[in-house]
Amino acid sequence: MKQRLLYLLVAGGGALAPLVALDYIIQFSLLWMMIIFALTWDIAGGQMGYNSFGNILFFGVGCYAVVVIQRELFFDFNEYRNVTDLTPLSAVEYFWSFAIGSVVGAVLSVALAVLLGSGILGLRGHYFAICTLGLGVAAAEIASGWEFIGAGSGMVAPMFPGSPDGRGLFFYYLFFVLAVICFLSLRWLYSTRFGLALNAIRDDEDKAEAMGIHTTRYKTSAWCIAALFLSIAGAGFGQLNNFIDREVAFPGPTFGVWMVLMAILGGKGTLWGPVIGAVIFHVTQEVFWTYLFGWQRVAMGAFIVLIVVFFPQGIIGWLRNCWPERFGVRVDDDARSAQVSLRNEV
Amino acid sequence: MTNILEVSGASKSFGGVVANHNITLAVPRGRIVGLIGPNGSGKTTLFGSIVGYHAIDEGSVKFEKREISSLRVPEIARLGLLRTFQQTRIYGKMNCVQNMEISTSHVQESLWDMFRPLSAATTNKAEGLLDFVGLYQKRLLPAGELSFGQQKLLEFAMALMNEPKLLLLDEPTAGINPTLINGIIDRLKRANTEMGITLFVIEHNMRVIMDLADHIYCLAHGQILAAGAPAELRTDQRVIDAYLGGN
Amino acid sequence: MLSNLNILLDAPIVSGQLILDGILIGAIFALAAYGMAMVWGVMNIINIAQGEFVMLGGYVTLGLTALGLHPLATIPFSALALFGFGWLVYRLIIFRVVDKDLFISILATFGISIVLQQLANELFSADVQTVRSGMDTLFFADNMIVVNSIKLVGFVAALVLGGVLFLFLKTTRLGQAIRATAQNARAARIVGIDTHKVYSFTFALNAAICGAAGSLVVMTWVIHPYLGLPYTIRSFMIVIVAGLGNLLGVVAAGMSLGAAENFAGFILGTEYQAAFVFSLLVVILVVRNLLAKRRRQVLK
Repeated sequence: MKQRLLYLLVAGGGALAPLVALDYIIQFSLLWMMIIFALTWDIAGGQMGYNSFGNILFFGVGCYAVVVIQRELFFDFNEYRNVTDLTPLSAVEYFWSFAIGSVVGAVLSVALAVLLGSGILGLRGHYFAICTLGLGVAAAEIASGWEFIGAGSGMVAPMFPGSPDGRGLFFYYLFFVLAVICFLSLRWLYSTRFGLALNAIRDDEDKAEAMGIHTTRYKTSAWCIAALFLSIAGAGFGQLNNFIDREVAFPGPTFGVWMVLMAILGGKGTLWGPVIGAVIFHVTQEVFWTYLFGWQRVAMGAFIVLIVVFFPQGIIGWLRNCWPERFGVRVDDDARSAQVSLRNEV
Repeated sequence: MTNILEVSGASKSFGGVVANHNITLAVPRGRIVGLIGPNGSGKTTLFGSIVGYHAIDEGSVKFEKREISSLRVPEIARLGLLRTFQQTRIYGKMNCVQNMEISTSHVQESLWDMFRPLSAATTNKAEGLLDFVGLYQKRLLPAGELSFGQQKLLEFAMALMNEPKLLLLDEPTAGINPTLINGIIDRLKRANTEMGITLFVIEHNMRVIMDLADHIYCLAHGQILAAGAPAELRTDQRVIDAYLGGN
Repeated sequence: MLSNLNILLDAPIVSGQLILDGILIGAIFALAAYGMAMVWGVMNIINIAQGEFVMLGGYVTLGLTALGLHPLATIPFSALALFGFGWLVYRLIIFRVVDKDLFISILATFGISIVLQQLANELFSADVQTVRSGMDTLFFADNMIVVNSIKLVGFVAALVLGGVLFLFLKTTRLGQAIRATAQNARAARIVGIDTHKVYSFTFALNAAICGAAGSLVVMTWVIHPYLGLPYTIRSFMIVIVAGLGNLLGVVAAGMSLGAAENFAGFILGTEYQAAFVFSLLVVILVVRNLLAKRRRQVLK
């Protein structure tokens, strides 16, 4: 029942937060986005052992998809390059194009996961990690050169059809609900065969293959699920930011790397680990930004090194070591009362 | 009596080293066949070739009359041909029950089966088999925390969970406390008679393999040296020489 | 893009220029790659901060030339400075991740690379800078091929440094200790080699090589705080194509990469040159793996 209480607290707190701290609504929105980052990274990362540095690719595709759709539907190609104030869209136009763009982005992201995954998911260990690193940066570089999506100048997203407060609330609840759906989906997913298969692949992929598990299917599906949620998060972020370019859409050295660290900090391969890690990371990042400004990136880099070197087991791992009775695995000692007779021989 | 496995003229070299040369053997369905030979004679390599871990250079491997030498490991495993590893391999961070639950047969799996919740029937079967090998009390421990011998038992149980048709066992009693070996021999026999699994076993322990197998092949220097019933091979001078390094 | 391709076909001499420039810069790529291979082979660490060490070497040269020193004379200083820095980084951070999971060391060096990159950004500004060496420009083939002599000097210097490193590893006692540790660390310890010292020295030596490479880069090309990651990726690509022990292969691969990059920049446009480098990494890794899979080997 403690679990139920915890979920209620988080859900309730999340739902009511904007009413309490309207000034910080953007920061809270980003917090939910960071939680999505950490959870989606952990699917292929902590649970499956495929540590990707390039998941930001799917985020960026979502960002760009919506804005491109909006441009194609309502504006002239040149308006986006010359004018910073676009003709405002009506609410209907805005939300429909947002929705359609999100769907298109999601389809594209998943398709990319399947296509790229067919080659890249065949790589093991550090080759996969570095390959995805290259992938993420390549995406950013291509985005900064491709005229169709704004090249270096980026693209402007249409204004939200409503008041600033309305806008804040809309995006807050968008990210909040998305994060909740993501969490609950993964909670369900990890309770099925899928979860076991992912862990088996992580623990010994050769053995999993030797036992006949369709490893390719599981690996690709895992990456597709991550791509799906990341893409929608990206769609939202692009709109929230009102402007996208390679830095906004494919921020590899920030969000792209932080995804990995958040999950590790909290405890990779667990359900709550990425959530806890995301919260701590986000708060730390906000504090650094407020007090260190120009040096915040340096501080974040140092923070990353400290986590990796001194705290790789993460918070959940640390809790399990310190208080195994509360956080560890419970093993019962009662013997099985079954009909199998050879039990006593050994 | 049909042969569930037929190897004909299989050869495998690594670089310049010939590991297997012109191996021809057959494993009859429902029986227990042994594979013995001194260290370095190519036994594990032969297993690797059969299960698709590496391709053979020449020859053929037929499982249930079907040529499998060009198939990959997961495909062969889904046909019902499994093996256990010499350096026991299990899923270290998952507990024993989970190790078992993920080891069910994956043949029938469609895309939707991936997302099925774990059924009580599967868990029951898993626990039953864990009990069969004597690991029931350790079932919630992470597999990586078991002792070497216990991991071997777990790996064996996982193979049984999969209900294979043919199971290749690579030194199932190596590193096991001698007092426990009888229990293992007994379980292997029961797996064969009660579950109908054909066994092909590499063993160094002569007592074990003589007790267990109906038919034995002896490898030396990558080739088949002798084959026959345990009683014949025990007194075969060539086999004795191979082990004692005779000229 | 097609028009650029046509230029190449119509005027082959342009290809000559691209190839030459590629070869010249490629030797410097190869130097950095050789250092990365050394660290990887000896302590099983893939140094993601490799490019940042190069970048820092360049800034040392930038600073010293501002004080009046001739650019070429700054090379030993930047090598020395980076040697000390590398030693420090090893003793403070790297030694804690040497025997851990490779992924942990990748993350650690990635963190270091972020710190160094952002420090450089804060301290030196994001401007792209270069160092004038005041050397002549050479003209060949009816003024169709242009080479700044500093690039030739850089090329020779890179090859010389690579050769010196190779000889050092082959002939000196310390070099032998390094190679022994690379082959079998435990055995090395048994015969009395202090592997901790060997690791420190190797890592510092690698940093020194990068420092020297960085000096050459800022003289022959440009420098800025974000130079690092592309250099790291280039080194990595060269190492995996050429293999860990192969100096000639590294040099050849480096030069090929340099030429390929130039061609890509010419045909696709300079704004896509970086995209080419990173995409090439993805392609090389995937193709290599597919080839291994056909032989049923998995690259570990």
